[in-house]
Amino acid sequence: MATIVPKIGFRESQIEMAHGAGGIASRRLVEGLFAPLLFGSYQRPLSDAAQIQIDGTRIAMSTDSFVVKPLRFPGGSIGGLAINGTVNDLAVSGARAEAIVVSFILEAGLPTEILEAEVRAMGLAAEKAGVRIAGGDTKVVEHGNAEGMYVTTTGIGRLLSGVEISPQSVRPGDKVLLSGPIGDHGITILLARGDLGLEADLRSDTRSVFPLVQELVRAAGAGVRWMRDPTRGGVASSLNELARDCGLGIVLFEEQIPVRDSVRGACELLGLDPLHIANEGQFLAIVSSEHAETALQALRATPGGEEARMIGEVRERPESSVLVTTLYGGSRIVDMLVGDPLPRIC
Amino acid sequence: MCLAIPGKIIEIDSQHQQQAVVDVAGVRRKVDLGLLQDDPPVSGDWVLIHVGFALSKISEADAADQMRTLTMLGEAEAAMQEVRGYGLESEDQDISGQRRTT
Amino acid sequence: MKYVDEFRAPDLISKAGEEIRKLADSSRHYRIMEVCGGHTHAIYRFGLKDLLPSNVELIHGPGCPVCVLPMGRIDDGLSLAAQPDFILAAFGDMMRVPGTHGSPLEYKARGMDVRIVYSPADALKLARNNPAKHVMFFAIGFETTAPSTALTLVRAKTEGLHNFSVFCNHVTIIPAIRAILDSPDMRLDGFVGPGHVSTVIGCRPYEWIAKNEGKPVVVSGFEPLDILQSIVMLLRQLRNGEARVENQYKRVVPWEGNRAALRAMAEVFELRPYFEWRGLGFISQSALKIRSAYAEWDSEQRFTVPGVRVTDPKAAQCGEVLKGVLKPAQCKLFGRECTPEQPVGALMVSSEGSCAAYYNYEHRKPVTIANAATN
Repeated sequence: MATIVPKIGFRESQIEMAHGAGGIASRRLVEGLFAPLLFGSYQRPLSDAAQIQIDGTRIAMSTDSFVVKPLRFPGGSIGGLAINGTVNDLAVSGARAEAIVVSFILEAGLPTEILEAEVRAMGLAAEKAGVRIAGGDTKVVEHGNAEGMYVTTTGIGRLLSGVEISPQSVRPGDKVLLSGPIGDHGITILLARGDLGLEADLRSDTRSVFPLVQELVRAAGAGVRWMRDPTRGGVASSLNELARDCGLGIVLFEEQIPVRDSVRGACELLGLDPLHIANEGQFLAIVSSEHAETALQALRATPGGEEARMIGEVRERPESSVLVTTLYGGSRIVDMLVGDPLPRIC
Repeated sequence: MCLAIPGKIIEIDSQHQQQAVVDVAGVRRKVDLGLLQDDPPVSGDWVLIHVGFALSKISEADAADQMRTLTMLGEAEAAMQEVRGYGLESEDQDISGQRRTT
Repeated sequence: MKYVDEFRAPDLISKAGEEIRKLADSSRHYRIMEVCGGHTHAIYRFGLKDLLPSNVELIHGPGCPVCVLPMGRIDDGLSLAAQPDFILAAFGDMMRVPGTHGSPLEYKARGMDVRIVYSPADALKLARNNPAKHVMFFAIGFETTAPSTALTLVRAKTEGLHNFSVFCNHVTIIPAIRAILDSPDMRLDGFVGPGHVSTVIGCRPYEWIAKNEGKPVVVSGFEPLDILQSIVMLLRQLRNGEARVENQYKRVVPWEGNRAALRAMAEVFELRPYFEWRGLGFISQSALKIRSAYAEWDSEQRFTVPGVRVTDPKAAQCGEVLKGVLKPAQCKLFGRECTPEQPVGALMVSSEGSCAAYYNYEHRKPVTIANAATN
């Protein structure tokens, strides 16, 4: 039998920052280089977490790296992000995180008290999320690399019963649910860097979304078609990936999208769109129309889900695209960005 | 060109009168008032901010005036049609009833 | 948000759309140019074209300072900043603009110290905080932005801060409008005037367009209601056979402009005899350079500028799109060789460039999506 030689579609000669931003460039790297070499002739679309069957038990597994500057910011720090991020990746695959292993890459010269604070933060986040930190690894690199510290977490979890999510199960008429206001995390980080001279009473929204996911699955069961945590690249990237994977159109109602005043103010000042900004404590769910209202009420009744909204619906057209509509009948396509959102003055 | 946003002056620096803190929906930023030195704004005024400088004061009266005009869009025409029905329309009036703005 | 939300009220926007549809004479085809890239962006962002009847066409003008900057000037700026102990400070808009050997962001990834700033004042602050380095601010923008650069230079001089210079690429709007009107292929009925430029230069500079060219100009704000009201005002003038300059953006724009801002500009800048505009060619008296009194703070007078000239690929039809002769989708490279990710021409480089705005917000909308909200 002839060996299939994987075809590498990735043509760029070097890696740029955009390749890590969760947008178009990231997708090209994954689809063009990683997928053909690592995932064989994959049929399924790529997702955050992998599903593995071991002796008949369905296990979900996910990994994520955390590169954050500054390490501490209002509402959280890299340690908490690292735990919640992987717990959330598993949650939106429909799994309860059971155990996490942690890998640290530390910069020589990092003050111990900073590391200690992060380790404490991780312990606290793990306890809150009900997940066990089962082990880890540490490496130290020379001063000048790693910007203090990089953290990678890998988690495994047990799939909740009744959950069968995939982009293929999404249908026209399904509703788009969002757990709460968007943009808090990304704008907090942007402001915390200090280069733009902006200040606001804003905090990262980092938290485990598993309790909300659990209620959603309880309320809607097989009516839950797909879920995603809109981290880097924002709601726009997550929904665009879905739209491309299922070939359908996702229409959002602008007046329904929850955004805090100060996030909106910062976005208006800097010329950014909240739909492109990272979130670390929210998730999107596509739910069948029969179950959508019950699901929404279930979220709203759960602590932390009070601001959940139905923000749109799935339609046949525009194909493979995300469209935002307004009450007055205007609309615009929302695409993934190339790289990170940049402030503008024009 | 020209992303400029309205913001409210919440504090003027007592040491540098041309520096102020402006609030935009809860986001605060230092803004240079140097381009408004001919008619300096005071705390509580609204200004248009572009690249960290205040370009203009915002007139509450003109904004309200504009909102009134916009709210009346279409209604003026309807009123005029009614007036025309009575044969009372004057010939030198703009047909849509809008006063000329210069 | 005060002074923003009121001008985005959906019911009033619908009403304004209705008024436009009523005013537009079905036997005419109106071609209205919005000069400013900020207006182009707003039109697409708010989906305003969905509200216009098919005989009211909006033509995108050249008011995008990033779009009209020749690639050679970007190369020059990056060469200047490549000196040791230099910090290049620029607006976010500049970061992905490709020079011949890469964009500022790509140079940053390769080790150049490149910082995004929101304000020229922040660039000056960088200089204050980094006395061992030289901070070069890459200045771009029309008359909206030039006064802020000017005042920053005044402050630098007063403070005696010598590790700071400005690479000045400010351009002026009137020569660009003139170039549009002089273009033989152009047929325009009126202009939506650049509201924020006008807060500085006032409304008088547009009077020749009304008097000599017979085209109405309405100086417009940037919220949906501002733009729609401006179109209403233009259609009224056109219906009555008038050609005047009107100020729709009265809450912000003074008819006489901002004297203090104009003074600051006059103090620091003078007009270059000519300047190359990407897509439009050389235009005389259309750009600003720093006066010799501020030579110390002018990157071009202090350092040697290579003076690179890069010609754009012939296939890129930026000039025609910039002048409104062609629509973005009519350029042969649009969406194929030229996308926001791999821009070939200037108009795809900036998010308010007409090609980028059209590509990002509009071109995948099926025509029938116009009433998607009620479908």
